[in-house]
Amino acid sequence: MIDALGSVGSLLLVGGTSDIAVATARRYLAERPLRVVVAARDTPRRAAVAEELAAAGARVEVVDFDADDPGSPAKMVAQAAAGGDIDVAVVAFGQLGDPELLRSDADAVGRLAHVNYVAPAVVGTELAGRMRAQGHGVIVALSSVAGERPRASNFVYGSSKAGLDAFYSGLADSLVGSGVSVLVVRPGFVRSKMTEGLADAPLATTPEAVADAIVNGVRKGRHTVWVPGVMRWVMSGLRHTPRAIFRRLPI
Amino acid sequence: MPETAALAGAPRVPLTGWGRTAPTPATLIPVHGEEEARAVLRSRPPRGLVARGLARSYNDAAQNAGGQVLDMTTADRVLDTDPATGEIVVEAGTSLDRLMNLFVPQGWFVPVTPGTRYVTVGGAIAADIHGKNHHIAGTFSQHVSWLDLLTADGEVRRVGPDQDPDLFWATAGGMGLTGVILRACVRMKPIESARILVDTDRTPDLDSLMALLSESDHLYDYSVAWIDCVAKAARMGRSVLTRGRFARRDELPARQQADPLRYHGSVKLSAPNVFPPGLLNLATVAAFNEVWYRKSPKKKRDQLQGIGTFFHPLDSVGEWNRIYGPRGFVQYQFVVPFGQEDALREAMVRISNSGHASFLAVLKRFGEGNPGMLSFPAPGWTLALDIPVVGGLARLLDELDDLVVDAGGKVYLAKDSRVRPEVFERMYPELEKFRAVRARVDPDGVFTSDLARRLSL
Repeated sequence: MIDALGSVGSLLLVGGTSDIAVATARRYLAERPLRVVVAARDTPRRAAVAEELAAAGARVEVVDFDADDPGSPAKMVAQAAAGGDIDVAVVAFGQLGDPELLRSDADAVGRLAHVNYVAPAVVGTELAGRMRAQGHGVIVALSSVAGERPRASNFVYGSSKAGLDAFYSGLADSLVGSGVSVLVVRPGFVRSKMTEGLADAPLATTPEAVADAIVNGVRKGRHTVWVPGVMRWVMSGLRHTPRAIFRRLPI
Repeated sequence: MPETAALAGAPRVPLTGWGRTAPTPATLIPVHGEEEARAVLRSRPPRGLVARGLARSYNDAAQNAGGQVLDMTTADRVLDTDPATGEIVVEAGTSLDRLMNLFVPQGWFVPVTPGTRYVTVGGAIAADIHGKNHHIAGTFSQHVSWLDLLTADGEVRRVGPDQDPDLFWATAGGMGLTGVILRACVRMKPIESARILVDTDRTPDLDSLMALLSESDHLYDYSVAWIDCVAKAARMGRSVLTRGRFARRDELPARQQADPLRYHGSVKLSAPNVFPPGLLNLATVAAFNEVWYRKSPKKKRDQLQGIGTFFHPLDSVGEWNRIYGPRGFVQYQFVVPFGQEDALREAMVRISNSGHASFLAVLKRFGEGNPGMLSFPAPGWTLALDIPVVGGLARLLDELDDLVVDAGGKVYLAKDSRVRPEVFERMYPELEKFRAVRARVDPDGVFTSDLARRLSL
């Protein structure tokens, strides 16, 4: 249970090896020990994350999760909940994709849309069902500023995040009164293993900054957070920029 | 089963405790008697159930997210009284307010009352409440001859200090997790009048307060000190100590002697629900505390006070918890053993230095503890304070917990809404025994609550 002062007792990381997921767990562990369920594919990286979080004081459970497997979300959520209520679930998996490849490879577009939109929507549905039954919980969904107004350079990724963002924003409204809430997180460019090798975009941020925003957002009961916060105003401006100008912007 | 269908369709309502923090929705079912409670039990609710009284626990003790909560306040009949011994048998939803209205005019007072009379008998046992007379009389449960407990198997078991004492002492202070308390036999306290003879002393700091309490507390039936937690340095712990006992009839003024047991307990007004967050800040609380300290007499003897004024000053304002605004507040209450005065002093310094505004804090000397496995009172000093929910509070209270547990102390389950489970385990070494009793009478954990889940009880 999340207590009166917002401290969290159990955390589920879906896509548990992502830098943002790990940073979020570390941020919580800096406050108090808690139960952390790492849901990810069975890889050496997952084992390393589990070990690291255990060393930081977590009671770690490891659960298999594969975004490509349609049966995986239901199984994963059931296994994660078998050990007790889930207070906070962070849906942190996703791929950036190769924009060049995505320009022409229809299969690659289909795969990216699946991993960035279809699978998160299925996971969100399973989590919402479980949390509605338990009468409490917070679902944190990693969206992106790229979903706010997709641009030519990575519009496939942007459109998939736009779908995810719309799904979780709507889910949040559908859960009013159930005791469950949803926090949609919209980071800008995050320096992480997902963006390794890419040049920083303006207002680039870090997994730790996103983790801070998640922890503060959950504690304060926010529905949307931007990272960095100023992104909200930047994107608001870009959203209202006429198309003829927008598509010429060097972003 | 039709009743199951009715339960499944019942709407969920958001519930909180008195601190108005961490609301969760549950199906609230009014219970008038044993059969209704048993029907809920028979429906095997997947998220379990817990009984709820007047919800004066500050925390999540009477909440059960996604599950069933039994509203026991509708079961409030007096079933039997023995005017010779003062023993009464009442349903668990009966409030202490009602008991006072009924029995004070007959010369009987509740054996133990907390700072509010709006608690039920069931809740008083489940939280094993204490009052200003703990050093003389112990807790409420120590005045219970027996109670009827509806357990998970649907049976009603009569338990008491000499009938299945393990189950009795797991239930006393067990926060409703052993079953539903249906009825209890309570031994009332004889009084000659409804007035208290009160001595008031103002002390300038914590040390002089503790010295005064140690030297003369045993001379009074009731004793409590209100401390200013905002004052710093030399004035830290300045306080107003009020102590007293029920007056004998011949101690009343002549005109009151004709009707010495005259008593009216009523709420005068309610706090409206419009207080903004942050109304209680350091400045407003410091100003309040200053006025309160200065208006109290330095030393006064044998002043006659009414029951409400002496025992339940805050009850004169209904729903006073609203003044903390929509974010609510927590109450932090701990006890440290005698000999650990340094830990108490250190805790007060940290609270005072933290800038977290608290209204008056309450200090009291506890007497002996009882066998209740999760019962709070133990010989030592107990301090209780209300703190509005603000950022940074979680860390301060975690640090205070460390201080308290290292001193051999503990926090109170009826108040706590944020202790770490692993620290709680260290505070209550009898927790394992409690779990064993629970495993015996409720192997599937049907009785559960947000509190139980939060602390893995």
